[in-house]
Amino acid sequence: MRGLFERFAVVLVVFGVFAALVTTARAGAYEDALPKFTLDSFSDTADAIDAIAASGSPLAPPLLQALKDQRLLFSASAKQVLIKAADGKLTDAATGQPFTAAPPSDLDNVRLNNRLRNLTDAALGALTLMAPDPGKRYGAAQSVFKSRDATAAAALDKAIAVEKDAGVKKTMLEAKAALTLTDAGAAAADKVAAIAIIRDRGDQDSLALLQSVPADAPKEVLAAATDAKAKIERNLALWNTVQNFWYGLSLGSVLLLAAIGLAITFGVMGVINMAHGEMVMLGAYVTYVVQDVIRASYPGLFDYSLAIALPLAFLFSAIVGIIIERSVIRFLYGRPLETLLATWGISLVLQQAVRAAFGPTNKEVGNPSWMSGAFDLGGILITYNRLWIIVFTAIVFVALLAMLRFTRLGLEMRAVTQNRSMAAAVGIRTARIDALTFGLGSGIAGIAGVALSQIDNVSPNLGQGYIIDSFMVVVFGGVGNLWGTLVGALTLGIANKFLEPFAGAVLGKIAILVFIILFIQKRPRGMFALKGRAIEA
Amino acid sequence: MMKSHALIRMLDRGATLFLVLLGAFAIAIPALNLLVPAGSALHVSTYLVALLGKYVCYGLLALSIDLIWGYVGILSLGHGAFFALGGYAMGMYLMRQIGTRGVYADPILPDFMVFLNWKELPFFWYGFNHFAYAALMILLVPGLLAFVFGWFAFRSRVTGVYLSIITQAMTYALLLGFFRNNFGFGGNNGLTDFKDILGFNVQTEGTRNALLVISCIMLAVCFLICRAIVTSKFGKVLVAIRDAEARTRFMGYRVESYKLFVFTVSACMAGIAGALYVPQVGIINPGEFAPANSIEAVIWVAVGGRGTLTGAVLGAFVVNYAKTYFTSGVLAPYWLFMLGGLFIGTTLFLPRGIVGTWNHWRSGQKEKSEAARSADAEDGMLPTAGSPSTQPSAAE
Repeated sequence: MRGLFERFAVVLVVFGVFAALVTTARAGAYEDALPKFTLDSFSDTADAIDAIAASGSPLAPPLLQALKDQRLLFSASAKQVLIKAADGKLTDAATGQPFTAAPPSDLDNVRLNNRLRNLTDAALGALTLMAPDPGKRYGAAQSVFKSRDATAAAALDKAIAVEKDAGVKKTMLEAKAALTLTDAGAAAADKVAAIAIIRDRGDQDSLALLQSVPADAPKEVLAAATDAKAKIERNLALWNTVQNFWYGLSLGSVLLLAAIGLAITFGVMGVINMAHGEMVMLGAYVTYVVQDVIRASYPGLFDYSLAIALPLAFLFSAIVGIIIERSVIRFLYGRPLETLLATWGISLVLQQAVRAAFGPTNKEVGNPSWMSGAFDLGGILITYNRLWIIVFTAIVFVALLAMLRFTRLGLEMRAVTQNRSMAAAVGIRTARIDALTFGLGSGIAGIAGVALSQIDNVSPNLGQGYIIDSFMVVVFGGVGNLWGTLVGALTLGIANKFLEPFAGAVLGKIAILVFIILFIQKRPRGMFALKGRAIEA
Repeated sequence: MMKSHALIRMLDRGATLFLVLLGAFAIAIPALNLLVPAGSALHVSTYLVALLGKYVCYGLLALSIDLIWGYVGILSLGHGAFFALGGYAMGMYLMRQIGTRGVYADPILPDFMVFLNWKELPFFWYGFNHFAYAALMILLVPGLLAFVFGWFAFRSRVTGVYLSIITQAMTYALLLGFFRNNFGFGGNNGLTDFKDILGFNVQTEGTRNALLVISCIMLAVCFLICRAIVTSKFGKVLVAIRDAEARTRFMGYRVESYKLFVFTVSACMAGIAGALYVPQVGIINPGEFAPANSIEAVIWVAVGGRGTLTGAVLGAFVVNYAKTYFTSGVLAPYWLFMLGGLFIGTTLFLPRGIVGTWNHWRSGQKEKSEAARSADAEDGMLPTAGSPSTQPSAAE
């Protein structure tokens, strides 16, 4: 009985949609259908949906959308149908005008069951297939592809015939192929052709669709499906690898950004700066303050907030770094373990100071418009903020390399790294180099904080999350060589992302830590150790 | 003859004073708790007994760190891991003792396993219903981890900050692991709700006092072991390694074996400290593995004075008392400033720590007075060139 009814409803919808597309709307069909919603019975509601979908009225899509979202209200006593917007404002469904009178007392939601929900979706899909916005048409075609809703076939055919946009048309054809493949009555040759189209689409949904081909299908269809499945799987595995690689690259660049300052200070001064993570945190808070000021006073500059924050974060962290070096660390040279403890103490003080000033909760740092959003590249989704961070890291890295290679300060820093006493003997003021190096390392941590504020929570604990990973990068890559840091960071980032699918995020991380602990046994000075004649570095 | 010499060396004035004070402490606190009526000003509350018991365990942890840091120059930032592993071994024994008194009243499985729908006890929980087995594991698990870790690290000559960083990585990896439910150690919540230890209820006054006394005894025993190690010829080699590792190696000593032995002993002591800690605080959770805890333990040693043993224990008491005092009052937000300041101040202004500075001042006084005396007695002769001091110089 129910099956019969559903088929009847389906026929009605098909007919309705068809009518809507072929003929000009029957005047008043929309208004005539509306009172059926007030009867509060499922079958009347179904009739109303069909009629409204067929009416072709511009008011139909918002009404169906409201029905789907449970925002369609009716009053049986007043015979009135109202649409409630997300902000609670009421609109009269019959006119599309705001409803200003006092709402009737017996206002209630139009109830839906699963069948009606499907009906609504199908009707909405059919309507949007002809929508003027190509994005909407594309979305509708995609949803038909996924739902494989046979009722949309007629609407789809019609839409394909008039579609001008090549990309949307391709998607529509794919949807059509999906329908053909699931249609039990279609000819085998048509199905094979459909499989070819679906194979060329080649994503996870296509694979699921091909897997649903029944085992009793004609032989040539089955063979084509198996072939196509194998091809799609190979293709997906390839994209999956590319995606892991991309995520790994993204994680690696974040690690590199956080670790590179640490590598410089450790390389030049042999000092482990446990407060390095806090320099990153300070940079993130500088970004927060800059955005706060911009929001309050110059909202138009918001897109430039990061560009403004970068130099400020660099300067602020660098100055804090130089103060730390001059006031604490310089008294501890030659005592690396004590330096480690003292800088840990500094990190506690800085964390608590920020907690006292800004509170312990996460601060909201917004993405400028050019950093939000994402685009598809082949089979993977690339978000702009990750992309920009990779680009930014590359710029910082190259700038730093150039600085070390071509400037006087860089030359002196390299000299001190290689042989401190000899450097001092040829007239390099090593104390000044130490302070500047520490400032530079801290400043880079600060700009790393600007970048990390875009992808992580800005809280007093921000630095703590990165410090151990940064150490691992430095220890793994070796000291006194930025290329070692680069290779170390990218290796760890990519290895982490490739381990995650097998082992899970936590076990993957543990595996990496254990790997580094073992690696250090083999090469106690990291991958790219500085060569020297000293028996002990 | 040799024996008594070694004994005298072991029990110099400072060590004897320490043991006497510790003994007095172990007698006085339970006496003041159990014998003095609750209303009296001298009464020590049971809460305070548990708190002091906790300090004693911290003191033992600090002692174990001082043994390797103060005498061999190995700065471990992962000693909290050995402490926590010992604690977990004890916690597993205590969990098995709950039996049917748990929320789910399962005679074998601890509550959290029932909650996770586990049907059988994992194999690594076997045997923990016996105290003797648990006691063995308290020594064996941290000891074995330290042995394996040290064997790899020292053999390939990982030293200095590199070693510190990888010990930190070790405890961080364990932290991440123990947070997972499927590791079989209660995940995030850890092990808690203990009822009995060796048939005694862990909540009662008597048990708490007994645990305090046992902790003091273990501290004394470990202190004596440490003294025995550092005052022997073996100990002299350790100090030589600390001050010039390469030279000691060139003289033909197997540096890595010395380091490995002391590191393992130290880890076992940390394990004992953790095991005594758990019944007194009533919980063990993965937070104990946090790298910050291990670094905090190092600062106790630095404050008290490294390379003094007694100083490490004193430092643990002083810093933890300060922590309890400040974090329970209105000054709580400032505690981290103070702790941070303590790290900076100690390393900058008090590198020898409290006891180290005191000893240094005392030996300076003694040298001065000796020099004066010898100058009086043998006028015109040069004073002896610095009495051979057993005090470690501020090592690099």
